[in-house]
Amino acid sequence: MVKLLEWQGKEVFRNYGIPLPKGAVVHSGEEAAKALGTQVPLPCVVKAQVRVGGRGKGGALRFANTAEEAQKAVGELIGSKFKDETVKEVLVEEKRPIERELYISLTLDRSKRLPILMFSAEGGVEIENVPDEKIHKLWVHPYAGILDYQKRQVAKLLGLTDAPAKEVGVLMETLWKIFQGEDAELVEINPLVLSAGHLLALDSKVTIEDDSIFRHPQYDHLQGDMTPLEEKAHEKGIAFVEMGGDVGVIANGAGLTMATLDVLLENGGKPGVFLDLGGTDDPKKVAEAFLLMSEAHPKVVFINIFGGVTRCDTVASGLVSEIKQNPPPFGIVTRIRGHNETEGKAILKEAGIGSFSDLAEAVRQVVSMEGQ
Amino acid sequence: MSVFVDASTRVLVLGITGHQGTIHTRGMKAFGTQVVAGTSMRKGVPEVEGVPVFESVEDAVKATHPNTACLFVPAPFAKDALFEVADAGIPLAVIITEHIPFHDMLDMLYYASAKGTRILGPNCPGIATPGAAKVGILPNVIFKPGNVGVVSRSGTLTYEIVNNLTENGFGETTCIGLGGDPVPGTTFIDALAGFQKDPETHAIVMVGEIGGVAEEEAAEYIGKHVTKPVVSYVAGQSAPPGKRMGHAGAIITRGKGTAESKVQALSKAGVRVAKFPYEIPGLVRQALKA
Repeated sequence: MVKLLEWQGKEVFRNYGIPLPKGAVVHSGEEAAKALGTQVPLPCVVKAQVRVGGRGKGGALRFANTAEEAQKAVGELIGSKFKDETVKEVLVEEKRPIERELYISLTLDRSKRLPILMFSAEGGVEIENVPDEKIHKLWVHPYAGILDYQKRQVAKLLGLTDAPAKEVGVLMETLWKIFQGEDAELVEINPLVLSAGHLLALDSKVTIEDDSIFRHPQYDHLQGDMTPLEEKAHEKGIAFVEMGGDVGVIANGAGLTMATLDVLLENGGKPGVFLDLGGTDDPKKVAEAFLLMSEAHPKVVFINIFGGVTRCDTVASGLVSEIKQNPPPFGIVTRIRGHNETEGKAILKEAGIGSFSDLAEAVRQVVSMEGQ
Repeated sequence: MSVFVDASTRVLVLGITGHQGTIHTRGMKAFGTQVVAGTSMRKGVPEVEGVPVFESVEDAVKATHPNTACLFVPAPFAKDALFEVADAGIPLAVIITEHIPFHDMLDMLYYASAKGTRILGPNCPGIATPGAAKVGILPNVIFKPGNVGVVSRSGTLTYEIVNNLTENGFGETTCIGLGGDPVPGTTFIDALAGFQKDPETHAIVMVGEIGGVAEEEAAEYIGKHVTKPVVSYVAGQSAPPGKRMGHAGAIITRGKGTAESKVQALSKAGVRVAKFPYEIPGLVRQALKA
């Protein structure tokens, strides 16, 4: 999933016509001073652009009454670390009077298999901290979109009348257009504020679905929630997750890979890497998997393959030739099951690679190698 | 008896001239499935694996009367292909294709349901009724006719579990792969309802994984409507929150979708939950004796 930074999300909002405070993205104190002289009026808010939440409490949001104060704040924030994320960009935005703070978002409700619009009169805090009864929900049918009665309902529940009541209806339509048009997983405004009697988006949280990038190339280069190594694997089309421990698991199929890590964890092993090989008839994929694995520095790698469509002996030959050509810098334990299992195991044994049929037995071997 | 596919299943393969489409047409035929037609964007291909190829679903339907479609169409074109299938009145569409955006899938789901077409998948291995028909990419060698119904969100893990069941002397009525996406066309509840109604299914194996609340909802359904014994396994206890574990739908978000919550809900509903996948045959044996 591609998680947009606040300013990137606000660019999307601006393109779709959502009212925003005046602001500028800057990379240094000097740039901030220049922006404050031209684009952005004082007093202003200085906001570190990071993907993690909790910026308010964590000191990543500062207020400044003068250009000097703003310049100083920007200087301090650029290059600093906020919850492990380095601040590379800062958004300098005019400070607007706030009468009320509201919450609104659109995301997918997997249970109902429908988009869900959530809204609350208690915005400005992380939505996880708002009690359930204060969060209102309504569902949007993809072929109907936002309905007029839903707009009236939202205005009423948020206590909006006159101009803001109309504005919230327009905003709902716009959020829906963004949600569909940009293939978003989440479009969130928190807080959505009432300022001088009008609605204004003070923050943005927009995530774009990975699978839709083929029709949104502008998001292709943006970073998601992945580690650099995970990004690298992602580019090669390999599902790869770093988990912190020192045993890597390579299996074919996401469910089997997860199950293998579970068995490992239950037996006292420390899951380090999830690597789903997918279809295994391509020896190049095995080579790439080993390369990625070695960059994650596991002590032991456990290869668990079920040969269904692909035969075990084919998989085994592929593994052996790869290991012989490029001996990997980690210990290997294998388990292969399924079609032509006996032949496959014989090939591995002959090459001196430990091979098991029983999952529990194989995992015990992995854990003992991990302890050495 | 069986669920969704049986000996009367007549399959139309969309994307039959592609690498996957061709390989698995061969596999389905070897399983004994009646593969009656294929379609392709490529013009002038008369047949693949002895199956006649048409330029449109409508032409294929007129000439060969399929009642099930199997889609190998690449993700950017899957939505259009499904619309074509639904408009042609084919009641079941099995979508193997991975990486279909969920916004597309929402459009597909509601369009299909308005037209009376059930979707299985996307991002799924398909469905197999041993001795009758297979639609999709499940390996042929692991199945044997029997009385256990299998439903799962994963692929290879399911093959391993089915293989284990078969090696332990059991057989399957139908094995249904729901797929690993956040918006599945067919849910655990649809499959459970099918197995509950099928007189030949005596026990049900349900393989879940982290992400969403489908297992919790299935547990509630089992508690109310399923009288047959259910054995379950949920993958992903070790999965860290916020990370997609290979499948688009396998992710713990905002504290929801953990393996723990699913195991708890299933146990509460009287389901025998295996700690490890290899415990499943033993639990099925217990369940059938009880």
